[in-house]
Amino acid sequence: MPVKVMIPSPLRPYAGKRDSAEFSARTVGEALGHLTTEFAELRKHLFTEEGKLRSFVNVYVNDEDIRYLAKENTPTKDGDTISIIPSIAGGCISFRHFERSEKSLLALCFGKRKRNLKE
Amino acid sequence: MADAAALWISGSLAEKIRAHGAETYPHECCGALLGRDSSAVLESDGGKSALRPAREILQLFPLVNRRDDSPRNRFSVTAEDVLTAEKAAREQGLEVVGWYHSHPDHPARPSEYDRDHAWPWYSYIIVSVQNGAPQEMTSWRLNDDRAEFSPEGIEIRHRAAV
Repeated sequence: MPVKVMIPSPLRPYAGKRDSAEFSARTVGEALGHLTTEFAELRKHLFTEEGKLRSFVNVYVNDEDIRYLAKENTPTKDGDTISIIPSIAGGCISFRHFERSEKSLLALCFGKRKRNLKE
Repeated sequence: MADAAALWISGSLAEKIRAHGAETYPHECCGALLGRDSSAVLESDGGKSALRPAREILQLFPLVNRRDDSPRNRFSVTAEDVLTAEKAAREQGLEVVGWYHSHPDHPARPSEYDRDHAWPWYSYIIVSVQNGAPQEMTSWRLNDDRAEFSPEGIEIRHRAAV
């Protein structure tokens, strides 16, 4: 009996409208690999360009969050259910702008400190 | 992305989103949009009829913003909260079709951070709250390529789709 991967509503349009898919897999990473090979459009929504799971993508094996197991190396056995659960985040300040602001602030503090050291 | 769909919501639910934004100001509010997609709706425009997809919001599920470290410019809904909202929707024969949040003292436009963290398919309603008073409300859907959001027209209707 293979591993069952539950697909959340927002990703079903990219998975032939299916709510689950079954694969033979020894680890979570292998199962997600099979999933994104069969449904290639899913990849960019689940993984970053560097190939890491996006921070707001939560993966559970049965009821266990893989972050507290062995992440994508978490072993799976026949009959396990892997669930992809969204978490939702956002906010009014642009991340890039926020980063830039933080860097400017650090530069300002650091510059001032340097000046103070000279004094 | 699917064809541009209208987002139907009643005036009272729209007002509840605005009120939630005002209530949590200067922090961001957030909640789930429960409803359903109608594959086709008969529209009458000057005697002409056309089929058009529509998404109707029939209930809200207000949530607590979990970002207590930066609640003025960030909101977060945990996986557990998502499951709770989905359960509430299922119990009423609906599904979670999107999320709303407020932008305190910022326009009702998605930020880079919003886009970076968005899921496709969901509708994202944003209400701008200026000095504690709710202002413009907009809705957005992430494009397939994740490069940007597309605006989604909000239509206030007494009773949504058939």
